[in-house]
Amino acid sequence: MMLLAISLSFVIGKVILIAVILGGSLGIAMYSTWAERKVAAIMQDRTGPNRAGPFGLFQPLADGLKLFMKEEIIPVLSSKFLFILGPSLAMLVSCMTSAVIPWGPDLQFADGSIFSLQVADVNIGILFIFGAVSLGVYGIMLGAWASNNKYSLMSSIRAASQAISYELALGISMIALVMMSGSLSMREIVEQQHGFWKDGYFTWYVFKQPFVFLVFLVCSFAELNRAPFDMAECESELVGGYHTEYSSMKLGFYLFSEYINMFITSVILSTLFFGGYNYPGMDWVAAHVPPMIYSFIGVAVLLGKAVGFILFFMFIRWTIPRFRYDQLMNLGWKSLIPFALINMLITGAVILFFNK
Amino acid sequence: MNYNNISNRAKPVDRHPMTFMEKIYLPAIAKGLSITLGHMFHKKATINYPEQTRPFSENFRGLHILNRDEEGRERCTACGLCALSCPAEAITMESAERKKGEEHLYKEEKYAAQYEINMLRCIFCGLCEEACPKDAIYLTQTFAPSNYKREGFIYKKEDLLIPNPKQITTNN
Repeated sequence: MMLLAISLSFVIGKVILIAVILGGSLGIAMYSTWAERKVAAIMQDRTGPNRAGPFGLFQPLADGLKLFMKEEIIPVLSSKFLFILGPSLAMLVSCMTSAVIPWGPDLQFADGSIFSLQVADVNIGILFIFGAVSLGVYGIMLGAWASNNKYSLMSSIRAASQAISYELALGISMIALVMMSGSLSMREIVEQQHGFWKDGYFTWYVFKQPFVFLVFLVCSFAELNRAPFDMAECESELVGGYHTEYSSMKLGFYLFSEYINMFITSVILSTLFFGGYNYPGMDWVAAHVPPMIYSFIGVAVLLGKAVGFILFFMFIRWTIPRFRYDQLMNLGWKSLIPFALINMLITGAVILFFNK
Repeated sequence: MNYNNISNRAKPVDRHPMTFMEKIYLPAIAKGLSITLGHMFHKKATINYPEQTRPFSENFRGLHILNRDEEGRERCTACGLCALSCPAEAITMESAERKKGEEHLYKEEKYAAQYEINMLRCIFCGLCEEACPKDAIYLTQTFAPSNYKREGFIYKKEDLLIPNPKQITTNN
């Protein structure tokens, strides 16, 4: 009878939290499009969007409005149900991943009640993320297949094979980190990275497992279908890739889900490797400010790290040309997977040797 | 390898297999990132057009004007030399004789009743300006604004004539 023990206030609190998280990630994704154009412009000695509002800040709104106003075209020979399911699935999956991320330290109210800033503290959080991320490729595959267009189909084949190859390296590299943390729960991994310095070494996993971070970073580029691994879109070869036949807000959903994915991946990267909401000197802060403020500082720190990663993703995109398909596969299968395996082996040996 | 290296700058394509450092990509990526990072601090090439304009060169040849003399009379006598010199055949005109009482309007006995320049044909070479014996036509430092219709680019005499200096002073 566990279910009946859940109080109404708990449910309402969670619903509000989910709404805030979804709204926040949609907002950040919206402004990522603006930021992407600005970053590209700065790197190419241009100014970027600057007409709509101050610094072009209303540009995403104008773009969204434009997408809504566009004519919606469903190709005659497409499979209509799957055609609509594709972008919906892409959007759903990218929003789903945020459920297990701990966004900040627990909120402590004046009456002593505690509210966790995490939608669900499942003890297999990392597995959930892997599952949700690998579902993401279904959105692309379904949409591309349903649109009955050979370029879309080729793009989805590329996307699927790329996702499968890089998920292997991603998973194997993560095993080393999970062995160190001894837990699959996101909350626990974050708590282990408390502060910044403990017992003569950094607490953050990026310093304990730099190679895992490296492999994870490269694989997340591939999982996101972003340059330099944007084989799925590949506008110079495959017209528009998997969304060639899409128009209006369905296209918008695909593009948007990509940016949400980027935000969530940035949050995951900062949670797993850069200490999540932990920051140097947080114990001192906890002792000196009210607990409410302390929680919000934690959230702000996590978002700051995530924004840093988003900028880094954009930075890479506008720097490196696209990998050729065989190079991509060579890198995935012949370099990253063996590298991750060796790293896992060494980590396991070290843990066995020192701890037991 | 047998090729004609005329310029002495041609290099054979380097097809050596990738070295280990090249295979791990990271040094090359770091180099690329440093280049793009450097570009953050470069001067922007953009000119925000309506607010800023690019300065024209001193001898820029733009839109034509038809000149008046100090008393506000049209200088053009419709001699047709500009139309003759025009390599793009953009200028047409119709002459008329000055009547009694029109001395304050036209400088000489003959004047252009109609004068048209097709700005879509014009190549802004400035030969009309050079050909004109009466200092009547000049090229300015502006260019023709955009238009929705082709007819809009055929500039009539009224569009080309500069405002009458006398009228401006009287209005003020």
